[in-house]
Amino acid sequence: MTEERSHAGRISPFLLPDQTSNLSRRGFIGLAAGTAFIFGFYVPSRRPAQAAQGASFAPNAFIRIDRQGDITLIMPQVEMGQGTYTSISMIMAEELDADWSRVAVEHAPPDEKNYANPKLGIQATGSSNSVRAWWKPLRQAGASTRACFVEAAAQSWGVPPLECRTENSTVIHERTGRKVAYGALVDRAAAVKPPKDAPLKSVEAFRLIGRSLKRLDTPEKTNGKATYGIDVLPPGVKFATLAASPVLGGKVAHVDDRRAKAIPGVRQIVVLDDLVAVVGDHMWAAKCGLEALEIKWDDGPNGEVSSDLIWSRLRKASLREGAVAKEVGDAGTALRSSGTAGEVISATFEMPLLAHACMEPMNCTVHVTPSSAEAWIGTQVLERVHAAVAKGAELPAAQVTVHNHLIGGGFGRRLEPDMAYSAARIAKHVEGPVKIVWTREEDIRHDIYRPAYHDYLWARLEGDRITAWKHRVSGSSILARFLPAAFQKGVDGDGVDSAQNMPYDIPNLRVEFNREEPPGVVTGFWRGVGPNNTVFAIESFIDELARKAGKDPIAFRRAHLAKTPRLLAALDLVRDKSGWGTPLPPRCGRGVAVQPSFESFVACVVECEVDEAGEVKLRRVTTAVDTGVAVNPDTIVAQLQGAHIYGLTAALWGEITLEKGRVRQSNFNDYRVLRINETPPIDVYVIKSQEAPGGIGEAGTNGAIPALRNAIYAATGVPLRRMPIERKLIARSNRT
Amino acid sequence: MVTLAVNGESRQMDVPDDMPLLWVLRDVLGLTGTKFGCGIAQCGACTVHLDGKPVRSCLLPVGGIGNRAITTIEAIGNTRNGAKVQKAWLDLEVIQCGYCQSGQIMSATALLDAIPHPDDADIDAAMAGNICRCGTYVRIRQAIKNAAAEA
Repeated sequence: MTEERSHAGRISPFLLPDQTSNLSRRGFIGLAAGTAFIFGFYVPSRRPAQAAQGASFAPNAFIRIDRQGDITLIMPQVEMGQGTYTSISMIMAEELDADWSRVAVEHAPPDEKNYANPKLGIQATGSSNSVRAWWKPLRQAGASTRACFVEAAAQSWGVPPLECRTENSTVIHERTGRKVAYGALVDRAAAVKPPKDAPLKSVEAFRLIGRSLKRLDTPEKTNGKATYGIDVLPPGVKFATLAASPVLGGKVAHVDDRRAKAIPGVRQIVVLDDLVAVVGDHMWAAKCGLEALEIKWDDGPNGEVSSDLIWSRLRKASLREGAVAKEVGDAGTALRSSGTAGEVISATFEMPLLAHACMEPMNCTVHVTPSSAEAWIGTQVLERVHAAVAKGAELPAAQVTVHNHLIGGGFGRRLEPDMAYSAARIAKHVEGPVKIVWTREEDIRHDIYRPAYHDYLWARLEGDRITAWKHRVSGSSILARFLPAAFQKGVDGDGVDSAQNMPYDIPNLRVEFNREEPPGVVTGFWRGVGPNNTVFAIESFIDELARKAGKDPIAFRRAHLAKTPRLLAALDLVRDKSGWGTPLPPRCGRGVAVQPSFESFVACVVECEVDEAGEVKLRRVTTAVDTGVAVNPDTIVAQLQGAHIYGLTAALWGEITLEKGRVRQSNFNDYRVLRINETPPIDVYVIKSQEAPGGIGEAGTNGAIPALRNAIYAATGVPLRRMPIERKLIARSNRT
Repeated sequence: MVTLAVNGESRQMDVPDDMPLLWVLRDVLGLTGTKFGCGIAQCGACTVHLDGKPVRSCLLPVGGIGNRAITTIEAIGNTRNGAKVQKAWLDLEVIQCGYCQSGQIMSATALLDAIPHPDDADIDAAMAGNICRCGTYVRIRQAIKNAAAEA
């Protein structure tokens, strides 16, 4: 994998980019539902910078083939473990009829014109939409390129193109028994105008898509050769680490650096408005230097922020009516009128602030000179990082180069460019390149956190039918900061995703969003995004309604899923595979959750045991998914297994708390994550489907959390309403 | 001056005695396959072998290592069990982001060196110190068993 560099770029303001003009130009329709981002598909025609070098054929921004037949696919989406390099390559190679063994991949440069995600309008990897967004455009790119080779071969043979077929990077004319490899056609193909509407294969004709091909990025991850952002070592690089104001908005008041300067290997101390960095010959010198600094902070307006304050504001906000995201029938009346049959039930659910805790701590290496800046990083938002480095270095974007690298865990954290901005500001004061690495403690304490949410739900239950449903989501709006144009009429489409398109068939439905920003904290996307809150609330509440109706949780869900057959099929499959209904030992239970998030239909059953002290042991997880065409089925299984663990970790322990404006957690000792000895067997069943592919990187996070919550409900009878799991409520003495 | 035996080579460097091996490997010797994850021996990303035994290099001062043999991810493939583990990892497609996997592979290789046919409890004991945020544990467990079954 080689790196790509670019000297071009558009400046957008850091952190609050105004994407409005960009969005409208691209035909933005709406972010109302997380699954309904719609842009016109297009295949950019400009060649990537490197394609101009040497003898190669590059009919579009994504494919380059040289005379030897080596195929380079330019990856618009970044690899952070989700297997996107392989899946995206398979999509292009399929329609190209490429020889898979000759395919190599290359990061796309920062270039929103060519590489903006078609569903997001920015160059970003997130929202589980890499395959979804690029499915059609990249198949078109492959098909169009293939058509050029066919046309070139047909011309040279004097036969009609329609008589030719392709296979393994070769054009074949059966009637005359002739064959020619793509590599030998490069010069001729370059003279052919790439067609815009080359026909695409039918699903039955796929020969790569649908196979569990080996991943392209993993061999170098077994022998230490893979280069993540944190691994770059430009010649002469120095090493730095930093302490940022422990309180958001705080400033450096005073620094005593006498002891730090005396430490061998410490070269420089950079004091900025809101952070202090120590530069040394290696990270050890920088760390020791930082510990030896005496820094006094001016906490600013957030110095008294606490978790209690954040929750009390959020709970208060949840009492007011929110902006309406969805209205079907008349839920208001149905939930009010006392004369109607059945009863109205309500409950509130809460999700805490969460850190991402990517295994690769935040880092960015930057070299600033008076006339240029060069940066090395692994990011989900290359163009925004490019702009952030330019802003931090106070240089025009055209003088800034950014190299993207493999990502040691993204989970939404690397959808933010804040680390690149801080790094560039530090590097501006350092001669030569400097690698700035966050300690784990700084990483946890200066995350951009998953919002805290408070969900208020009401339902009217008539016998065993839900006839009205109201769901009010209260929390911060990530989109209002991240993509302002998408925040419309007070509704954050991400915040209500999977609530407004909830799968159950209920005649009266109302979904509201209530924006309430927490003081002292910036919130951002976290694996599973909005649905990891809404699915938790919905699936927990459904379980309580099922119990109220005296129904089995799966039977109760089935009765309301008639209009969502793909989810119903997944639910039936997981029922059969999980041993649902078979006897379990005391204080053991099974819980189920279903979700339509990211256009994937996932049903998950978690089985657990709750001990006398309220500790939870995971026994087994079983999942069924219909994600449409499974591009690389093994990757889909892996993503669900991994995302389940990410979600279960959050359910068991995840919570960021604040006191005096400061985040209290700091490292894996007090921000716990699931370990191998705590991990149960996880079986995943992928349903064969010919529907367009759904998103899969995040889906597993969401269902696992309510499925575990419902398993605890089954085991103990205690309906937990907050995450993480409150042990004291499920300890033996509290058994109901 | 500190002298270390790294991957079969004698390396000399001017670093403080209390400097953890992790930073010597990464920032002085350029062996960046060994990863920084937590700095407090909680995550295992920095695992290397010292005379064949797994250690967390983030808390291991170089001054006390002496002439004991240091093996890192870059050279573990030269050992029989290391190569078996690497192959099992790829055959089963264990890896996602891969950042923790250097440490996972070092711990798994040391496990097979000590216990050629580990059971689940052995795997739990040997691997519980290695965190993976992508959640590859189910496959790590199976890949260790597959590697052990290889002749």
